[in-house]
Amino acid sequence: MAVLVYTENWDGSFKKLSFELVSYGANLANMLGKPLVVLSIGNVASAELEKLGNYGARRILSLADPALQVFDSQAYTEAIAQVATREKAEVVVLSNNNLGKAVAPRLSVKLKAGLGAGISKLPLSTSPFVVYKRAFSGNAFAHVEIKTPVRILTLAQNSFGLVENPGTPSIETISVSIDSALVKTSVSEVQKQTGKLLLTDAEIVVSGGRGMKSPDNWGPLVELADLLGGATACSRPVSDEGWRPHEEHTGQTGKIIAPNLYIAVGISGATQHLAGVSSSKVIVAINTDKDAPIFEAAQYGIVGDAMKVLPKLVEAVKEIKHK
Amino acid sequence: MKILVCISNVPDTTTRVRFVDNNKKLDTNGIQWVINPWDELSLTRALELKDDPANGIQTVAVAHVGLVSAEPTIRKALAIGADEAFRVNAEPGDAYFVAAQLAEVVKANPFDIIFCGIESSDYNNSAVGGMLAEFLGIPSVSSVSSINIMEGKPVLTREVDGGRETVAVPVPFVAIVQKGIAKEPRIASMRGIMTARTKPIKVLEPVSIEPLTSVQEFELPPARKKCTFVDPENPKQLIELLQNEAKVL
Ligand SMILES: Cc1cc2nc3c(=O)[nH]c(=O)nc-3n(C[C@H](O)[C@H](O)[C@H](O)COP(=O)(O)OP(=O)(O)OC[C@H]3O[C@@H](n4cnc5c(N)ncnc54)[C@H](O)[C@@H]3O)c2cc1C
Ligand SMILES: Nc1ncnc2c1ncn2[C@@H]1O[C@H](COP(=O)(O)O)[C@@H](O)[C@H]1O
Repeated sequence: MAVLVYTENWDGSFKKLSFELVSYGANLANMLGKPLVVLSIGNVASAELEKLGNYGARRILSLADPALQVFDSQAYTEAIAQVATREKAEVVVLSNNNLGKAVAPRLSVKLKAGLGAGISKLPLSTSPFVVYKRAFSGNAFAHVEIKTPVRILTLAQNSFGLVENPGTPSIETISVSIDSALVKTSVSEVQKQTGKLLLTDAEIVVSGGRGMKSPDNWGPLVELADLLGGATACSRPVSDEGWRPHEEHTGQTGKIIAPNLYIAVGISGATQHLAGVSSSKVIVAINTDKDAPIFEAAQYGIVGDAMKVLPKLVEAVKEIKHK
Repeated sequence: MKILVCISNVPDTTTRVRFVDNNKKLDTNGIQWVINPWDELSLTRALELKDDPANGIQTVAVAHVGLVSAEPTIRKALAIGADEAFRVNAEPGDAYFVAAQLAEVVKANPFDIIFCGIESSDYNNSAVGGMLAEFLGIPSVSSVSSINIMEGKPVLTREVDGGRETVAVPVPFVAIVQKGIAKEPRIASMRGIMTARTKPIKVLEPVSIEPLTSVQEFELPPARKKCTFVDPENPKQLIELLQNEAKVL
């Protein structure tokens, strides 16, 4: 019996998402009194794999198979299912990012294991096994009982955080048997978004809405995000208008994020927008309308014109950085 | 080619949700039910593809697992332009239950492209599409942000963390769609509403499947602290609060 965590790498390196998954897995394993097994798929150097040891990984299975070079949801499901079965995993944990959302439901059917999707805490109880998850687009949370002996969980990004627990992991190279005919996905073109911090990974996000008035006014907002080491985001109308790229659209129909700090500038705070950001730890709102609903979700607010407030904020951050 | 769009029936996104029965059930009083936004966009895209005869799409059908109370939502899909509808007459248990029922529909009525949304706005499971594909043993492509038919073959764009990819899979497959799939949802025309009345809704009885999960209770998010306002002339104060009080900088 074990807790199996699937960690994702990008061209051989891990991001915060994987460290968070391992942190979660280690704590869950502890709660269940079972060992943690960490699975990595792809070519990842030992030095990189060892980084997972900082968050509690003590046993890492490294799997590189030509059939898993292209991401095909059936092939990945088959591979993870084989490892889960071999390790007698009673819980399999994935991220609820694009890959996790693609694989976890398939895995659930393949292993006849109940799925807890987008969970944000350790289980509320382990017998019965009850998880805590987002429901009604962030307007509520549900306590969901998973009734099967094996369970699949997908962890909401940035919900658990990193828990350091350093140690040296053992690394085993493993293999699975996958018929290459199972791989049905062919990729003809890859567009990479290089260098930029992924919005879903960012701890600080500065986001603009229609109150920014025009695509030409974004300078100080971007500068503020850069100074704070954060990412930029926007409301749906802003990306619909083409003022900002689609990747930045947050909300029910865009990205769902949970940074430590979300600064909403010129955003009214429609429920569909809040659906994507309400799990942020602290929300700051800057808006000319003191009655804007965003102030109900915000912990700090400034009633004022973004064009005037943003440059002053930039100056204030610079001043503090100089000290 | 035939397209199936799986639709879930969800409370309008602006609904303030409340619960009854010791927080075990959604209070359905006064709720306006709509087609899940993703499914509305999938349907729109399916109909756009059908509009161009070169794509060779013969039918666009919709399927729903739910009770008769969901029929207005299904009728709306027919009014928007779907040719026919299937309804599996059962309370939509959990995602596993729903996907198993949809799989039976597809086994009896084969489709080439099956659309599901990335998540339904009620239980936010992001599950039914992938589960359906696994039940059927067919490929699924997730986070699909565009789909076109080129020389008779579907070509899709999928979002991956850190970029996007152009991919192809052979039919039949499940496309799990997200933002970008269509711009604005298509709305029903007067004529559409009239003809929808005569379009068939095939009601099927469910197969016996045990859900794997059940909701024990719901809770509302904790009340947010009251907003502290900072003088717009002195935003430095905000930075100090974020550093010293909220400790997020
Ligand atoms: C099914 C559905 C799904 C949706 N999904 C999403 C989603 O995922 N994400 C999303 O964002 N929206 C979504 N929407 C749209 C949503 O309902 C709102 O229309 C949208 O969020 C409003 O964007 P906004 O706040 O930028 O613009 P507005 O609502 O126009 O607000 C602009 C704000 O800026 C303020 N302002 C004006 N001038 C200034 C200034 N100089 N300085 C400071 N403040 C100023 C105004 O007081 C106002 O509060 C969805 C809608 C539907 C129906
Ligand atoms: N009761 C249902 N009937 C038909 N399709 C559904 C149903 N519930 C969910 N779906 C489909 O599955 C998608 C994802 O829903 P979910 O897995 O519940 O988040 C939806 O966008 C629909 O396409």
